[in-house]
Amino acid sequence: MSVEVSARSYWIGYQTILIKEITRILRIWAQTLIPPVITMSLYFVIFGAIIGRRVGEMGGLPYMEFIVPGLIMLSVITNSYGNITSSFFGAKFGKHVEELLVSPLPPWIILAGYVSGAVFRALAVGLLVWLVAAFFAGFHMHNLLVTISILLLTSIVFALAGFINAIYARKFDDISIIPTFVLQPLTYLGGVFFSVSLLPGIAQQIALINPIVYMVNAFRYGLLGVSDIPLWIAYAITLGFASLLFFICLTLIERGVGLRS
Amino acid sequence: MNALEVRQLRKTYKNGVEALKGIDLSVAEGDFFALLGPNGAGKSTLIGIVSSLVNASAGETSVFGISVQKKRSQAMAQIGLVPQEVNFNQFEKPFDIVVNQAGYYGVPRHVARERAEYYLGKLGLWDKAFGMSRTLSGGMKRRLLIARAMVHEPRLLILDEPTAGVDIEIRRSMWKFIEEINTAGTTVILTTHYLEEAENLCRNIAIIDQGRIVENTSIKTLLGKLDIETFVLDLRAPVSRAPVIEGIEVVLRDATTLEASIPKSRSLNRLFSQLEAEGMEVVSMRNKANRLEELFVRMVHLDQESAA
Repeated sequence: MSVEVSARSYWIGYQTILIKEITRILRIWAQTLIPPVITMSLYFVIFGAIIGRRVGEMGGLPYMEFIVPGLIMLSVITNSYGNITSSFFGAKFGKHVEELLVSPLPPWIILAGYVSGAVFRALAVGLLVWLVAAFFAGFHMHNLLVTISILLLTSIVFALAGFINAIYARKFDDISIIPTFVLQPLTYLGGVFFSVSLLPGIAQQIALINPIVYMVNAFRYGLLGVSDIPLWIAYAITLGFASLLFFICLTLIERGVGLRS
Repeated sequence: MNALEVRQLRKTYKNGVEALKGIDLSVAEGDFFALLGPNGAGKSTLIGIVSSLVNASAGETSVFGISVQKKRSQAMAQIGLVPQEVNFNQFEKPFDIVVNQAGYYGVPRHVARERAEYYLGKLGLWDKAFGMSRTLSGGMKRRLLIARAMVHEPRLLILDEPTAGVDIEIRRSMWKFIEEINTAGTTVILTTHYLEEAENLCRNIAIIDQGRIVENTSIKTLLGKLDIETFVLDLRAPVSRAPVIEGIEVVLRDATTLEASIPKSRSLNRLFSQLEAEGMEVVSMRNKANRLEELFVRMVHLDQESAA
C-alpha cells in the first residue's frame, strides 16, 4: 500500500531535506565552515586591530567593536546565499533535483527545506565568527531577541535570493556572477566598516536604498545598542523582502521555471 | 479502476516540437504494460508528464483516478519512477539515497532504513550500500534506481529503459525482481528497446510513434497479427545449402542452422518432408524470439509512410 499524503508526511519530507543539507554542510566542513572564519579573523586582525587602532571611534564605539556586527552579518549573508545556490544548482546540474520533483512534496516544503539548510549554515558560520570576534573585541549583547530575529530574517532573505539565482542558473558561472557583482558591493557598502551617518548628504540617501544597511544596523543595535536606522524600518524592510522573495520563489517552482520542461 | 488513464494528452515544447499529439491510453491496475516506440517517439515525454517532470500542454492524466494536474501530490505518492538516465547524487551513499527518497514520500526514517536494507539486499547491492555511488558499475547504478523507486512501495512502477547497457545476467535478475513486484500487485509500465523482453514479460502493449499511439492491445492479439512465423532449426550434420521449398523462405544461417519463415496458412509438415527428403536431420527447433520486433518495425514503418 502506498504512503498517503498528510501533514506528517510533509513534515518527514521537510526533515529529510534539512538532514540531507546539514549532512552535506558538515561533510564538507573544510569548504563550508572554516574559510569564512579564517577570512573574518583576518578582517579583525587587519581592519580591527591594526588599522582600527588609528581610526579611533566609529558611531561612538571603538572601531574593533563597531565592525563586529557587520562582519558577522557579512558571513551570514554570503554563506546563506552561497549555500543554497551551490546546493540547489548542484542538484539541478546533477539532475538529482528530480528526486524531489517527482515526489509528493509541495513546492513550499522543498523551498522550506533548502532555506532551512542555508539558514543552518549561515547561523553556524555566524556563531563561529562571533566566537572569533569575542576573542578580539569581547562579548557584547544588548538585545538577544533583536539579535537572533534579525540574524534569522537576514539569512532567510538571502537564502531565498540565492534560490532564485539557482533556479535561473544554467551553468556554474551563473551562480558566481550575482555574489561577485551585486552581493559583495552591496554588503561592503552596507555599513559593515563605517557608519552611514558619515556619508555626505546625497551619498547617504543612495546608501539607504541598499537593504543590507538596514539589516546590518538592526543587528548592530541587537549586539551593541547603536543604529543609524530606526529599528522598525529595518524590520519592515527585511520582512518585506522575505515575503516578496518567498512569493517569487514559490511561483517559480510551481510554474516549473528552470526545473520542468 | 485503471492505474493510468491518459486523455487527449498533448505536449508542444517551447522550440515548437510537438512531442505528443493527443494521446489516449489506459493501463489496468495490476498490468505489466509495455510502452514501445522508436527514439523520439514521445515515450519519455509521456512518462515525464505522468511523473510531473514535464508540464502537459493539454489533456488529462490520472493515476488510480487521481488527477496528476489537479492533485499532483496525491498522484505522485502512487508512483515510483526509474528514469532513463542515472539521476542520483553520485557523491552520496546508496543507503542514504534510498533512505532520503523514502523520506520525500513521508516514510518515517526507521521504516525507511529497514526498507532500504531490504530493497538494496534484494537487488544485490547491500554490500555496496555504504560506499560512494559513483564507484558503482553501470548495472549497479540501474539497480539502485529501482531500489530507490520501490522504497516507498508505489502502486505504479514506471521503468524508462531500465536495462539499457546492462549485461544479460543482471538484466535477467532485474526482470525476475520486477516480475515478483508485479505478481505482488504493483502495476508496471515499461519502456524498453529489448523487444524480446517486452514480449516475454508484458501482457499489454502500446506502440507510440511520432507522438501518436499506433497500436494499443494485448501482446497475444498483437502477435496474432503476425502472418509469417520464423523458426530456427538446428541440424545434426552440417549442410552446404538451404533447401528450396515453394512458399517457404529457408535461409542457411550457418552450417548447422536454418531459419525458416512460414506463412501461417502453410503447414509445417511440408517443411519437414522436404528436409527429410534432402537428408537433413533436425535435432531442435525454436520460435525466433524477435516476433514482436518484426511487428514493431512493420507498424512504425507503416505509420511513418502514412505520415509522409
